[in-house]
Amino acid sequence: MKVSELTALIGAKNLTTEIAEDKEILCGYACDLLSWVMAHGEEGMAWVTVQTHMNVIAVASLAEMACVVLPEGITMDEEILAKANSEGLSVLSSPMTAYEICGKLFACGIPAHV
Amino acid sequence: MEELFRISYPVAAADYVNAGKASTDIKRRLKQLGVGGDVLRRVAVASYEVELNLVIHSMGGELTLTVFPDEAQLVSADVGPGIPDVDMAMREGFSTANDEARSLGFGAGMGLPNMKRNADDFSITSELGKGTTISMSFKLAQ
Repeated sequence: MKVSELTALIGAKNLTTEIAEDKEILCGYACDLLSWVMAHGEEGMAWVTVQTHMNVIAVASLAEMACVVLPEGITMDEEILAKANSEGLSVLSSPMTAYEICGKLFACGIPAHV
Repeated sequence: MEELFRISYPVAAADYVNAGKASTDIKRRLKQLGVGGDVLRRVAVASYEVELNLVIHSMGGELTLTVFPDEAQLVSADVGPGIPDVDMAMREGFSTANDEARSLGFGAGMGLPNMKRNADDFSITSELGKGTTISMSFKLAQ
């Protein structure tokens, strides 16, 4: 599944419009503890989190994730999105809850691990 | 072994806005030197963890990357306060992070164990009132 397909699947808005949504999603994860995510993050991951500060972008891009997904219509500040754009990391905002987003991903066959 | 490259980054205490900049630069530079795949990802994770440890726990310090043809070394040295019980600090789930760090999603007590897991070689020495030094090395594919 490509990031663009996930955007459609969860009715999300792409907040990082400067980059193509063509990365392949290999696995999914939901967690708001950054140090926990750092230990368990994987390449190609779609990471669902309510955290919206600068370190989210650092963690996701260092772990080479496919995208960050913000649930319940949460957005990020412009400067954080500018950083995501420059790192080539897609950030999506969906009206669904984290539970619903993960359910959709799981139902489409996206596993927990690569 | 001939040293190919060395760079140091000062890391300020409690500077959460700039946290991650050193690790991002380390990853970019290693990429330029042709390092990729699993080892690049492990260095990136470990360098971020050690950089955040300096931000969260230290009174300031320095992160140094040294690259040799077959190995990358990361050394973090801070000016205090030192760790009272290193064995306890190495335990997964144990953290002394303050409320500010926890509110940002840090303080899960995964930092040091995660560094050890990702590095090919890991060592830590600490002296109360003096500081902590963490050394990690990563074998590079030839």
